[in-house]
Amino acid sequence: MAPDVYYSLVVVACGILVSASCSLLGPFLVLRRMSLVGDAISHAILPGIALGFILTHSRQSLAMTLGAAAAGLVTVWLIELLLKSRRVSEDTSVALVFPMLFALGVLLMERFARYVDLDPECVIYGDIEFAPFDQWSLGGLALGPRPLWILAGVTLFNLLLVVLLYKELKLTTFDPALGDALGFHSGWMHYILMTAVALTCVAAFESVGAILVVAFLIVPAATAYLITDRLSRLLAWSVGFGVLAAVGGYGLAREELLDCSVAGGMATMAGLIFAGVWMAAPRQGLLAQLRRRLS
Amino acid sequence: MSAFWPVWLPDPSILLALAVVGATSASLGCFAVLRRQSLLGDTLAHAALPGIGLAFWLTEAKSPLVLLLGAMATGLLGAALLFALKHASRLKEDAALGLVLSTFFGVGIVILTRLQNEPEASQSGLDHFIYGQAAYLTWDHARLMLGLGMVVLVCLALTYKECKLLSFDPAFAASLGLPRRRLEALLAGLTVVGVMLSLRAVGVVLTVALLIGPAAAARQWTQRLSTMMGLAIAFGISSSWLGAIWSQTADATPTGPAIVLVASVLLVVSILVAPGRGLWWHYLRLRQHRRDVAAENVLADFYRHGERQGDRTAPMPAAELADQRGLRFPPLERTMRDLCRRGLAESAGDGWRLTEAGADEAARVMRSHRLWELYLARRLDLPLDHVHRDAEEMEHALPSEIVAELDAHLGHPRVDPHGHPIPRLAAEPRPTEAKEGSTGHGS
Repeated sequence: MAPDVYYSLVVVACGILVSASCSLLGPFLVLRRMSLVGDAISHAILPGIALGFILTHSRQSLAMTLGAAAAGLVTVWLIELLLKSRRVSEDTSVALVFPMLFALGVLLMERFARYVDLDPECVIYGDIEFAPFDQWSLGGLALGPRPLWILAGVTLFNLLLVVLLYKELKLTTFDPALGDALGFHSGWMHYILMTAVALTCVAAFESVGAILVVAFLIVPAATAYLITDRLSRLLAWSVGFGVLAAVGGYGLAREELLDCSVAGGMATMAGLIFAGVWMAAPRQGLLAQLRRRLS
Repeated sequence: MSAFWPVWLPDPSILLALAVVGATSASLGCFAVLRRQSLLGDTLAHAALPGIGLAFWLTEAKSPLVLLLGAMATGLLGAALLFALKHASRLKEDAALGLVLSTFFGVGIVILTRLQNEPEASQSGLDHFIYGQAAYLTWDHARLMLGLGMVVLVCLALTYKECKLLSFDPAFAASLGLPRRRLEALLAGLTVVGVMLSLRAVGVVLTVALLIGPAAAARQWTQRLSTMMGLAIAFGISSSWLGAIWSQTADATPTGPAIVLVASVLLVVSILVAPGRGLWWHYLRLRQHRRDVAAENVLADFYRHGERQGDRTAPMPAAELADQRGLRFPPLERTMRDLCRRGLAESAGDGWRLTEAGADEAARVMRSHRLWELYLARRLDLPLDHVHRDAEEMEHALPSEIVAELDAHLGHPRVDPHGHPIPRLAAEPRPTEAKEGSTGHGS
């Protein structure tokens, strides 16, 4: 295979896996009105990554991944702690917790991890362009690009989660009180979902960066929400839009076209798809609303 | 720099710029917190990025004013888009905020990286907007920020009354004929300006902390908006100055995160110890209440024991008392220590007995308990086996005036619904109470 074709394929495949893993969870976040908790988690994993790195001095350690996932859960827990103290409202508690953790993360990195190949910029932008160069080999056996494996693992995890816990997630999303009454612990479902979001953020942050994880978590799901009322179809549309944004975004970012960050291109493409659907969606679209108003 | 300026203090231009940022952000933040729109600032900060890139691309100049105007243009566009999404789509607020935030930021990154790949363009100054770079704030920046900050503060001062009404009771504001939409747009527009000012100082991600942190901290100390705004401004300025000094004196400490961490500490301290609302005082009140309840429960146990023994100060062995109380918090020893210290009980043999004062207090508790049982049984027709548990809670909450009224209302009864006698109060207060009761009854 020609090197540049291989390169493009790996980058696009990573993009597709990031978008698929995120857009499987997105609909639940959007329906639970927790879109911004995903935003918060994706920023607040920074101190976990920094701590994991400081403890092991390796960029590719399990400690870093675990630290990040733990920081994600700490974020959720802190937000709820503040909320339960009833001293601030929900939006305020989100707005207080994640900048604090992010600031802590930046400070830790500047202090202790300054001279290594780990900078806050990469957390924001990500570097999906370098995914093909991060080859993984196990005992001399070349296994191909590592990010591809990690992202495939997370996508599979999220897919299994949604398939196996579909009923539980559905019930606790639409009617948590009924879910509790029937014995599906909505609190547990909340934390399982948040764990999945944290893991996905950790896996994706190296490829697309924090903000663009948010783009993939929210935008495809929000787009799908304008098209259908059924959860199963919402999930399918969401993944479809996510994949479309990943492929289209890669095309947009190519040298011949815009010659820019691939992750940025993908987020822009997701936004463009949303704009198109918001215009033309059969019932929720702006044109349909206009037609209804005129008739 | 003048030789008299201490090395640990950041340049006066930086201090002035940070004070302006702290004051404007904090005063705008008060309305954001009260209107539950804390995350609007975050979205607007991210929405500024493409504007900064575009302004630079179009003018090839890095003058602060041009970049700021670009940032404001896309910030306002983002605010307008949020408004449109709110009114012309089924998306909820959180999804709309996240959508605008991430796509605008994505577009911004596209423009910035596109510029980076241009052969001769240096976008080094533009990176400052993502992480903030307070150390590079010059007098040019400071003057511009002071001007814009003044505009924001003057606008807020002129519309203070209207914004206040909008924040606390939007429906009432609308019924008074206030232009609600226009006021909301004004606040959003001012927030765009305020956010743009702090972008340069602390960066895109941390801007929201400067907006919300001081306001949320100030909220803990007061119930008045004017006091809250004053405190928030003081918190905003002091955290940005302290953060800047920290960053100046310590190694590898970027200013933005330092400021945000100082503001976070202020917030945590406020939530814990602010008089009235503070969690620490709340905890102390709760603990005192739990102890009072435990003491009254033990007194009631002694009273029942005394009834059985026919001696109201009969000693009660510790083991028997522990049996009745069970393993509850606070532990029995600590409750008894409290009672002994208050002179209501004293140790006797392998247990304790009540003093005369303790027996009076025990009678008071039992009186509330049994009167309430009787009230529930008689007036609310509750079955007998339902009244005890309820009275167990109410006996601690009934003030003496209510007990006196209950007594009068029930016609000074002698026995409770289980047939136990209702204790009369000790000699001294009794006649006055009876008199009050009878007049209350007659009216």
